[in-house]
Amino acid sequence: MTWSEMQPLLEQASWDTLYMVGWSTLIAVVGGLPLGILLVLTDRGGLLGNQAVNKVTGQVVNIARSMPFIILMVALMDFTRWVTGTTIGREAAIVPLAIGAIPFFARLVETAVREVDGGLVEAVQSMGGNTWTIVRKVLVPESLPSLIAGTTTTIVALIGYSAMAGTVGAGGLGDLAVRYGYQRFESDLMWVTVAVLAVVISVIQFAGDFAARGLHRRSGHAGPAPRLRFLRDRDAAPERSPEQSAGQPPEPVKSSELPAP
Amino acid sequence: MITTSGLTKIYRSGGPRGRAITALDDVDLHVAEGEVYGVIGQSGAGKSSLIRCVNLLERPTSGTVTVAGQDLTALAGRGPRAGRELRAARSRIGMVFQHFNLLSSRTVQDNVELPLEILGLSGRERARKAAELLDLVGLGERARAYPAQLSGGQKQRVGIARALAAEPKVLLSDEATSALDPETTRSILGLLRDLNRQLGLTVLLITHEMDVVKSICDSAALMREGRIVESGTVTDLLATPGSELAAALFPVSGGGEDPERTVVDLTFQGDAAGRPVISRLARTYDIDVSILGAAVDTVAGRQVGRMRIELPGRYEDNVVPIGFLREQGLHVERAEHPGPDAPAAPPAGPAAPPVAALAKEETK
Ligand SMILES: Nc1ncnc2c1ncn2[C@@H]1O[C@H](COP(=O)(O)OP(=O)(O)OP(=O)(O)O)[C@@H](O)[C@H]1O
Ligand SMILES: [Mg+2]
Repeated sequence: MTWSEMQPLLEQASWDTLYMVGWSTLIAVVGGLPLGILLVLTDRGGLLGNQAVNKVTGQVVNIARSMPFIILMVALMDFTRWVTGTTIGREAAIVPLAIGAIPFFARLVETAVREVDGGLVEAVQSMGGNTWTIVRKVLVPESLPSLIAGTTTTIVALIGYSAMAGTVGAGGLGDLAVRYGYQRFESDLMWVTVAVLAVVISVIQFAGDFAARGLHRRSGHAGPAPRLRFLRDRDAAPERSPEQSAGQPPEPVKSSELPAP
Repeated sequence: MITTSGLTKIYRSGGPRGRAITALDDVDLHVAEGEVYGVIGQSGAGKSSLIRCVNLLERPTSGTVTVAGQDLTALAGRGPRAGRELRAARSRIGMVFQHFNLLSSRTVQDNVELPLEILGLSGRERARKAAELLDLVGLGERARAYPAQLSGGQKQRVGIARALAAEPKVLLSDEATSALDPETTRSILGLLRDLNRQLGLTVLLITHEMDVVKSICDSAALMREGRIVESGTVTDLLATPGSELAAALFPVSGGGEDPERTVVDLTFQGDAAGRPVISRLARTYDIDVSILGAAVDTVAGRQVGRMRIELPGRYEDNVVPIGFLREQGLHVERAEHPGPDAPAAPPAGPAAPPVAALAKEETK
């Protein structure tokens, strides 16, 4: 396959990935941020201290997080049709991607917000601030570097999940690699796609780290910016491995293809 | 200005059946308008619990808190969340913290503006007020800095500016100087004192350092195991026989083993401190006076001191010179005593009850 043949395919796939990941990240942040904050606020000793809400929310988040993406996609089929009117294509893929990412991001938000010094909350309470003021002026701004790090982690995870969206015909880079590399033995295109993915992920990670570190520095902290993604990557790994084998075959393909040329 | 009555706080750990810790036990506190009131006590005495109950950051188990004539406990309502009225009342009470509690994501100026944002002031007004306050605490230059770029003392100044932003009448301070070195502590205390004078601010401060009480407090209370065991104006306390606070403010020690000699502690305040009482005593009665220990300091703007002197002869033989000292306006207290049940009452005044700190110096 020549470069001029690959180029339009790559371009289209890149746009599809960007589209899916962009929208699902946005929805994940919009949904996960309040959910994560709610988990902190309703916890015992929290500002809203509501054990019932906390337990239920926590359980829902846990179940949603432990579900392999491919299963989530199937399970949400009806819901997806209800929201987008179809179960096929980019829009249809956004629904399970976003819903899978909301609890993932919510847990990252929860961890980040818990790190905020309780003394700051107390200070704002002593000024007469209400819970909403505390959320807006203390919890979110003070945990912003960690929230950005968490968003970066979520984007990278979503790029991984989006490869499986090819199973519902959503396209994207991951799908391109699977279809051409694995199914049609166009290994050139597969490797180029993998390279593009690697570059995209590096750029996102770099930009995210840069922003988080910048904020962290600005507020004058010594030491490195929060390294949430390393912590999370490790404990998220066992959950993602079944999906990788299900939806991202480049790894096994690589080993079988290598001796050939 | 601040009155608590029957204030009790019981912490329960591990649910309603868990272990109960009584942090405050029937505390009656009265802080007059415009004074600096110090609460002192050992770690775990309940000082923080007390101050946190004053603005209801901590719900009292029972008892009432009245600040500026307003019963805050009545405003609190039932639930754990603070209602609008309680929040409005809190905004009229400033609070300064041991660890400053400045928002690291905001500049110094924005930190000071925070209480004003909560009150809903316009941006221009907030900026003007913040600049004014930062000048007041001597940090006008650092408005654009972030808290992490400041020293501890500067951070506490920002904390104070922030606490004053909403023009409160009352300032609460929980160990505001405990994280600072002695030099910085002095400058922060000086600032609090100035603010107290200039703005007529009532200050309730918690500390475990006697020096803090000594240097700025008009009144003080001593807490132990959740109770206030002693309280009053510093002047009164110093004149109170057997006051632990007075003894702790001016520790004097030494001598006192010989039953043939009399050891007394003198406390002098105001004018008396300036008069050559001891030399007059020696001259008038022709006796040798030895000074065993002394401390002189300025408390609440007045010169106050303590001195332990030794007179020849038994206590009973020294009734006249001691009477002379009392006439001079000194508070005289016997440092040695045969025992709590057998006070050798001098005719000139009431017997000093045993002072715990000095009890070890009993005569045989
Ligand atoms: N939130 C809490 N839950 C349970 N127990 C508490 C809580 N806060 C304080 N206590 C207990 O109440 C008692 C009084 O604590 P408090 O913090 O008021 O003491 P303190 O005089 O301020 O001490 P320090 O000088 O160390 O600050 C202590 O025994 C403490 O363990
Ligand atoms: Mg304390």
